[in-house]
Amino acid sequence: MTPETESELADIIRAANAPLRIRGGGTRPIGRPVDGQPLSTAALTGIELYEPGALTLVVAAGTPVQEIDAALDAEGQRLPFEPMDHRGLLGTTGTPTIGGVVAANVSGPRRIQCGAARDFLLGVRFVDGQGQIIRNGGRVMKNVTGYDLVKLMAGSYGTLGVLTEVALKVLPKPQASVTLRLDGLGDERAIAALSQALASPYEVTGAAHMQEGPDGVPVTLIRLEGFTNSVSYRADALRTLLAEFGDATLETAPEDTEATWQALRDITPFHGRAGTVWRLSVKPTDAPGIVAACPGCEAIYDWGGGLVWLLAPEGSDLTGAALRKKIAAPGGHATLIRGADPDPFHPQPAPVARLEQGLRQRFDPKGILNSGLMGSVAQCR
Amino acid sequence: MEMPPADPTILARKSRLVERLNEVLPTNAVIDDPVQTKAYECDALTAYKCPPLCVVLPASTSEVSDVLRICSEMGVPVVPRGSGTSLAGGALPTADSVILGVARLNAVIETDYRNRTIRVQTGRTNLSVTGAVEEEGFFYAPDPSSQLACAIAGNIAMNSGGAHCLKYGVTTNNLLGVTMVLMDGTVVELGGAHLDAAGYDLLGLICGSEGQLGVVTEATLRILRKPEGARPVLMGFDSNEVAGACVSDIIKSGVLPVAIEFMDRPCIRACEAFAKAGYPDCEALLIVEVEGSDTEIDEQLETIKRIAQAHDPVELRESKSAEESAAIWLGRKSAFGAMGQINDYMCLDGTIPVSQLPHVLGRIREMSEGFGLDVANVFHAGDGNMHPLILFDANKPGDLELCEEFGAEILKLCVEVGGCLTGEHGVGIEKRDLMVSQFAPEDMEIQMAVKDVFDPEWLLNPAKVFPLDLSQGRRAA
Repeated sequence: MTPETESELADIIRAANAPLRIRGGGTRPIGRPVDGQPLSTAALTGIELYEPGALTLVVAAGTPVQEIDAALDAEGQRLPFEPMDHRGLLGTTGTPTIGGVVAANVSGPRRIQCGAARDFLLGVRFVDGQGQIIRNGGRVMKNVTGYDLVKLMAGSYGTLGVLTEVALKVLPKPQASVTLRLDGLGDERAIAALSQALASPYEVTGAAHMQEGPDGVPVTLIRLEGFTNSVSYRADALRTLLAEFGDATLETAPEDTEATWQALRDITPFHGRAGTVWRLSVKPTDAPGIVAACPGCEAIYDWGGGLVWLLAPEGSDLTGAALRKKIAAPGGHATLIRGADPDPFHPQPAPVARLEQGLRQRFDPKGILNSGLMGSVAQCR
Repeated sequence: MEMPPADPTILARKSRLVERLNEVLPTNAVIDDPVQTKAYECDALTAYKCPPLCVVLPASTSEVSDVLRICSEMGVPVVPRGSGTSLAGGALPTADSVILGVARLNAVIETDYRNRTIRVQTGRTNLSVTGAVEEEGFFYAPDPSSQLACAIAGNIAMNSGGAHCLKYGVTTNNLLGVTMVLMDGTVVELGGAHLDAAGYDLLGLICGSEGQLGVVTEATLRILRKPEGARPVLMGFDSNEVAGACVSDIIKSGVLPVAIEFMDRPCIRACEAFAKAGYPDCEALLIVEVEGSDTEIDEQLETIKRIAQAHDPVELRESKSAEESAAIWLGRKSAFGAMGQINDYMCLDGTIPVSQLPHVLGRIREMSEGFGLDVANVFHAGDGNMHPLILFDANKPGDLELCEEFGAEILKLCVEVGGCLTGEHGVGIEKRDLMVSQFAPEDMEIQMAVKDVFDPEWLLNPAKVFPLDLSQGRRAA
């Protein structure tokens, strides 16, 4: 089913009494596989309002991300949170939609400096599990009127409601962007270098480390963006600051920097390689230790080490339960992005799981919206 | 402002309640003497007062848990209180409620510069969080104007902002984890020192929930390295339209100022008379501040000045030194004091789309004439968060009511042009009855359903956020 209006979508959900599988472009099959009739938002498209001078965009949920990028680009602006395109990593086809980006709270390397998709989400319209059309937030940047269901909807993977419209804050594109590159650092040293860069006043907008860079050796990457003179001033200052980690080379060609960070955003190095892919959110300084405790796995660190993409090769005996045990003491969580595991999402402590279950029951009393996709096996209906 | 009547059965059980609270709390942590509880009868919305049944001042998460469990068992409402600086009546007690003050929860638990976080107990004041890390060159970004007094607990409850949130965001964008106690005493941990907590974004949900979903006792906050420097430029314009267009052009240019403050003529005149900051006598004044190294600041200010010149300013003054910066900020920072000097005032907090600024200012001026009450406007122009200050005379019968009526009309106008009732102060009791002008019945119903999940008996911070007639059935249940 591919309704063409919000009210048609609401009618379908109101009438439904069997599970529905909610999808945007279908490019991000994350979470426990869901049974049910497919319900797509792909026909709810179009930019409803775009005010570059107010940095505000209101858009129907099924609008392709590509279309939004083009409209913003024409005004020299962009989605600041740099959403990942999952197609290469997950081997999916289709057209990523903005609703899918929001539903999965998809953010890229710039998240470390400017925030996640949820931080740029100003307002939502959605249809809840009873077919009611709900509005929360708005189109203004500061809004504390009532409970913030906008944040709740971001990252709820269509289990609390089906997004029909989102309002986003956008930002201007910078004049210049460059990449500082340190070669050959071990994980611990690399994360130490990134921590130092991020604790500087130089506004780093990307901080990543690959155990195996394009040349087969470890590479540590730091991105700076802004006005040309300011970027070159900060690049110099950072090279001095990080001198103890080696002589950083500077990549200044805009297309090189774009390609480098797009590869990091989309985790290109893992494309086409067999194995299970986990996404870990941890404290940066804990990350190398956790990775070291997963022998045979390969890691790409983003967000200064706070985000770890872990590839467990085929035949690896690393289970989700074992991985989560390693994370338990230092704190954080692991999400299965590709592969199989009984619990794709990190199981929550009992009181938190009860709250989540309670919210699902209120937002979707019939239990028909992407039922079972989130939550642990134990909590599934 | 209507508040629900006190439950006589609760009042009758006061001595048993106090006895039970005393059993789990140390000496001096329970206050039930009416002379002493009077200190908690209101917050910064002083027009409304009501002494609580008693006050508790727990010093740990487990004490908070004990208090909530007892109150839950006895069916007694609890009003959580940070430092009591809410301008919206967010911490106004009812006569049958227990005030849970977090003032004794003020420790720094951990500072972690490598991961750029700090863990604090939430009774700690906003400014003292920065105070704990500034020797190492860090700061905590949200900076509400009450930051010297306001507590992190209240900042989280109201999702507080400040003058610098254009660049750094508000509380919800800087909060990584919390320890929270539910009304039944259950302690939950959400998030931690990592980014993006697991599962649903419950952190985002509780931030700004006005203390109605749980009592947050500890918080992990993001800290940032202080910028190398900051400097403002002041510009005066002949009309609000031109100043508004200038704001929009600055935002579009790619410069990301930390603050863009806007003052209209009545505000400029009042501030000038009070602080003698040397402001030009013009229709609209902007203060734009940027950060970075000296050369970076110069470069950004050049861009901003070039944009301003195109709008034919009556004054354009760039700060060259710390003294000049202070002089530029002096008038703006004394705006509230200046108003207080003239008369009593009510401070509003609506947000509008930036493009609607001239229209809204024009309408406010017309309404001001209609109501016969003066208004001065000062606000965070970059994000459209307005703070109209309505002057009235509290000693003149009917003036407060007239002022409230005028305020309500302004806030409805904010909603009408695509904005909202409150940008950073919260709903509290002040804007509770206006919620229906922004939300449809089903929008309100689902928010109340969220409260049902966290606090099924509706005991936490009663009579706030939702109009009483809408919440009646749930509160009585």
